[in-house]
Parts: sequence; structure tokens; C-alpha cells
Amino acid sequence: MLRPARRVTISGMPEAATAAAPLDEPRPPRKLYRSSDGRWLGGVARGLAGHLGLPVIWVRLVFVGLFTADGLGALLYAAFWFFVPLGVGGVEAQKPPSLVTTETSPDGRKRLVARKPDKGQIVALLLMVVVAMVFVGNVNLGRGAQAYLLPAVLAGAGVALVWRQADNARRARWVEVGRRKRTLTLLRAVAGVLLVTAGVTGVFVLQGSAAHLGSVLQAALAVLVGTTLLAGPYLVRMTQDLSEERLMRIRAQERAEVAAHVHDSVLHTLTLIQRNADNPGEVRRLARAQERDLRTWLYKPEGTGKDEADEPTTLADAVRRNAAEVEDKHGVPIEVVVVGDCPLDERIGAQMQAAREAMVNAAKYGGDGGAVQVYAEVEGKTVFVSVRDRGPGFDPDSIPADRMGVRESIIGRMERNGGTARLRAVPGGGTEVELEMERVEKTS
Amino acid sequence: MSDPTEANGTAGADEAAEPAQTPGGGAGRRHVRVVLVDDHRMFRTGVQAEIGQTEQTGVEVVGEAADVDQAVTVITATRPEVVLLDVHLPGGGGVEVLRRCAALMSDTEQPVRFLALSVSDAAEDVIGVIRGGARGYVTKTITGTDLVDSIFRVQEGDAVFSPRLAGFVLDAFASTDAPPVDEDLDRLTQREREVLRLIARGYAYKEIAKQLYISVKTVESHVSAVLRKLQLSNRHELTRWATARRLV
Repeated sequence: MLRPARRVTISGMPEAATAAAPLDEPRPPRKLYRSSDGRWLGGVARGLAGHLGLPVIWVRLVFVGLFTADGLGALLYAAFWFFVPLGVGGVEAQKPPSLVTTETSPDGRKRLVARKPDKGQIVALLLMVVVAMVFVGNVNLGRGAQAYLLPAVLAGAGVALVWRQADNARRARWVEVGRRKRTLTLLRAVAGVLLVTAGVTGVFVLQGSAAHLGSVLQAALAVLVGTTLLAGPYLVRMTQDLSEERLMRIRAQERAEVAAHVHDSVLHTLTLIQRNADNPGEVRRLARAQERDLRTWLYKPEGTGKDEADEPTTLADAVRRNAAEVEDKHGVPIEVVVVGDCPLDERIGAQMQAAREAMVNAAKYGGDGGAVQVYAEVEGKTVFVSVRDRGPGFDPDSIPADRMGVRESIIGRMERNGGTARLRAVPGGGTEVELEMERVEKTS
Repeated sequence: MSDPTEANGTAGADEAAEPAQTPGGGAGRRHVRVVLVDDHRMFRTGVQAEIGQTEQTGVEVVGEAADVDQAVTVITATRPEVVLLDVHLPGGGGVEVLRRCAALMSDTEQPVRFLALSVSDAAEDVIGVIRGGARGYVTKTITGTDLVDSIFRVQEGDAVFSPRLAGFVLDAFASTDAPPVDEDLDRLTQREREVLRLIARGYAYKEIAKQLYISVKTVESHVSAVLRKLQLSNRHELTRWATARRLV
């Protein structure tokens, strides 16, 4: 999820063994999935449409068309439903956000709630029933079979209901379903079972005569209750075991993630530190870089751009990034405090460059006195950045002419962009650079 | 960093003593009893080794604890003057220790004072223990000298704000989207804000005093006032703020 460059090589294990399992490297050949998003019945049509790159409505029409051919469409549909797993692939790009069903659960939950009425599905089901009735009414299969059609359709509807239920259960593995959905689930399951029972009962009644209806129904009910009594506790236990196992698996996954990260970064750093034990500067640099990295990894909230490849877009990001880079390059600890935050614009960008230059100077000339302190604050429209070191300090009025860094990169850059830069000696020793800049007007 | 003797710094007048970095500042005559609460034994050992030489630092570690229950027991039994308290602890965290030691904290005879010492710099952790009654917060990267210093400062009843904590506090009080419930408490004065800002910029008390032309005592009282406001402030958004954004 987070670390694409996870190495699975464990020291001592032959490389070939790990290479044999290229789990997530190449995309597997596109597999057919039923779509769980925006489906009407089983998601077969949507899944197929996505797979073939066709509009959903075409696929649906084809199914309906085949349906009129002696119910072939229904059989096909049922077969697809049975054999094709429910997945997130194969949805057409109609609703881009819904493609990420596997991702964050709060997002998914929201979407599930929003779709609760499921109007499309209800309409589709009703339509199916009507079509089936018409079909039953029109098709002539011969005297004997004709009578069995209605019970068969009833049973089919029940089976469909229960299957959908199974699909939902499977989907619940990706997105947590709220507690209120549970009762609905139960109701649907019961309705499905009743429908199937009715259908099967119908078949038996037809074989005998209408007079046996009562006793057959009783028998069916008795069998049903018996089965429930026998299998019920077992099923409940199984579901509990399953959910427990799922939880364990998620934990194990998380653990593996942390372990991978620790292996990748922390262990490597510790190894490097052991090798460089007699070089305190290098050790300190490594340790600080590692600390920063781990801290970011641990404390950064989920979903706020954990991938660090992209450019910083806010002041706080930019300040931290700059400080980290200067710290790594010059081996001087830089402590950053940021109050408030704002998006970067071109003026603030210039200020960031000036601040970076100030940090470099502080690290170069004042780094012996201890950590460099960087403080950034956004107050209204003003962005203030201070960089201070505890080095020997120097007289700001007598900046040598060759100190282009200060004159051009800091003072000049700030002034060209409409800000101010101030250098001064701090009472307690050291130098402080103060940079002040107004943010660009939003309206202009 | 160079913040050695703010206790005897009168109006920040003694420039001559400035560069001399006397560890603990006149350690000979001072003595403080400390309890270490941290669930990492390695860390306790390290801190013990760094500050535990009583003759040099004036700090005597009288007890250690690794979780909340142990901490409460040890603190009650030994009655130290200062407790170095980790934020993350098994059994409810530092906040829980503070809650259960509330009586000891308000003891008028010999109050137990808490200094949060944490590797976490998630704002809600930090603000949480401060609001729970800790007198200050320092990160675990602090040097031994500075730590000893902070311990004495806390013992004397002063607050210890690291630059990072100052930043958190400024941020918390700056985000005024809702009107404060109690005007007096929920607003930092201009002066307090200035002092906090300078702390956040890495200034020592003495330097702040010089910068603002006030005495070190005044700086101390400003910092204590901020701490009090932070602990007593009934602004709900402080907590909300802390959970909403995790500043690092």
C-alpha cells in the first residue's frame, strides 16, 4: 500500500526463491470480474462490459435478447454469476471515485451508505420478475413442464437473493458494513430461503395434487427448521472463526508492513552506523536522517500523501523538506518549528529558496554551536521565517563583498519578490536571519 | 542549548557568565529527587547514566517505572520532586499517570511535578500531557545538560517549553475559529505571544529577556502564565485542534 519498493529478500535466503514469487510486479492478464459497483443484479453485465470495453447497456440488451431465446440469457447469466468472482475490476470509468473500493474504509463506508436505497437493483429485480412472468406465460414447453415453470422461477428468485447475499458478504470484506445493514441482510436471507422453499414445495405439490399442499408445506418447513437447527450453530461458529481469521490476517499484514519498513530502512541504517562507528559525524547524520524518516512514516496521517516523491505544495512541507536536505548535506542538525500553514505561491517559493540559503549558511558557518533553529509562522497574510544558529556570529554591516550567498540569494531574492530580509547578531551569540513576505493576493 | 543559570539570572545582567556552560548551574548546592517513567528499559538506563551521577548533576534517581500502575505506585511511595514522564505508556499513557497523581501534584507541602519526556512529537500527545498537568515537555533528543537543567527548572515551579512545544501552543491558540469561552484565559497576551515565539525560535530565557528588555523572572512568569492558560483553558477546540491536525 505504501512502500512500493519493498524488498522481500531475507539474508541467507537464495535470491531465486524470492524471485519465484513476483506477486505484485507485473499486472496479471486481465481477469474477468463481476462488478460490485452500480450493478443491477449480479454485476455480470457491468463486469463483462468493463472487460470487453463496451457500454453496459449493450451487454444488458444482449442478455435480454438471449433471454427470449428459450431463456438462454438467463442460463448464461446464472453461469457467469456462479463462476465469475466478484471484484472491483471491469467497471467502466463512469464513476472514477468508485474504482477505489479496495482502499480506505471511511470512504467506502460513505459510498455504501449513499447507495443504500439500491433503487436500481430493486427496479431491476421487479423487471426481471415481470419478464419472467411474461416468459412463463408465453413459452410453451409442453404440458407437463409448463406447470413446473412458476415454482422453478420462484426458487430461482430465492437462490438469486441468497447469492447476492453472499456477494455482499464478500464485499463486506473490503468495506466495513454498518451494523444497521445486518438486519437487512438477515431479512434478505430469510426471504430467499422462503422463496426457494415455496418453489420446491410447488414442485412437490405439482407431482402429487393440490390436496397435499398442507402436508407438503409442513414437511418442507420441518426439514427447513431441522436443517437450521443442525447447521445453524455450525454456520455461526464458522462465520465467527472466519472473521477472526480475517482480523488476524490484517494484523499479520500490518506487521509485515512494519517489518518490511524496519528492515528496509532501520536495519540498513544500523548496519551503516556499525560500519562508521569511528566517524561520529557520519553516525549522527545517519541517525538523524533515519529518525526523520521513521517519524514521518509513523506519525504522518493516512492518506496525506505518504509517497514522498512529489513536490511540496505547502509552506510546512517545503520548510521541512529544505531543512531535511540541508541537514543531510551538511551534517548539522536542524530543528524545525512551523506554526500555521499555507499553500505555496511564487513569492513564498522565493522565500523558501532564501530560507534554504540561510539554512545552508547557518549550517556551514554556525553549525559548531549546536542545532540550527528554523521557525516559520503564517499569520494572516504574512509569512515569517527565522533561521538562527549559535555560531560565532558576524557583523551584518560588514558582509564581505564575496558573500554572494547572503547578499544575492537571501537579501536580493527577498527584495526582488517584495519581501524583507534581516540579518542580525543574536544577543546570546550566533546569527539570525529573518525573512518576511506577504502572500500573493488570492483574487488577483 | 546555552541556558545554564536562569534561576539566579537577575534582569539578565551577567553577560560574563554567559559563555561558560556550567552543567546544571551550581550543581553542588542543589539536589532533586527524580523518578523515571518510561517503558523502554534501554532508555531509562541511558537517562540514568546521563543524569544519575548525583555528585555532579545534583539529580538523584530514586525510582523507575515501566507502566502506569507501576508509576503510580513508585511515585506515591517515593514522593519525588520531579517525575520524568513518557507520553506513551502501557496502561493508559502519561495522561493516565497524571490523572491518578492529581492529588500529589496539588500537594502544598511537597508537590510532585511532572516533566513530559517523549519521542513523540504528535501535537495531540504533547498538548494532552501538558493539559493533564505536566509542567513542561522536552523531546528525547535533548542533551543531558539541558535535561538536568529542565529538571531543576520544573522543580522550582517554572514551566519548561521546548521550541517545539512553543510552536504547538502558538498554533493552538492562533487558530481561533470559535469565539473563546473565557476571554481572560483563552487569549494569550501580546507579550506572552512574543515570548512563546522567541522560545519557538530557539532562544533561551536569558536571551529572550535581553531581546524584550525585561527580566528573566518576567519571562518565567509569562511562560508560567501560558502554561496555566493551556491547562485551564476550556476551549474545546484545543483538543479538537490537536486531533484534527498532527503537526510534526
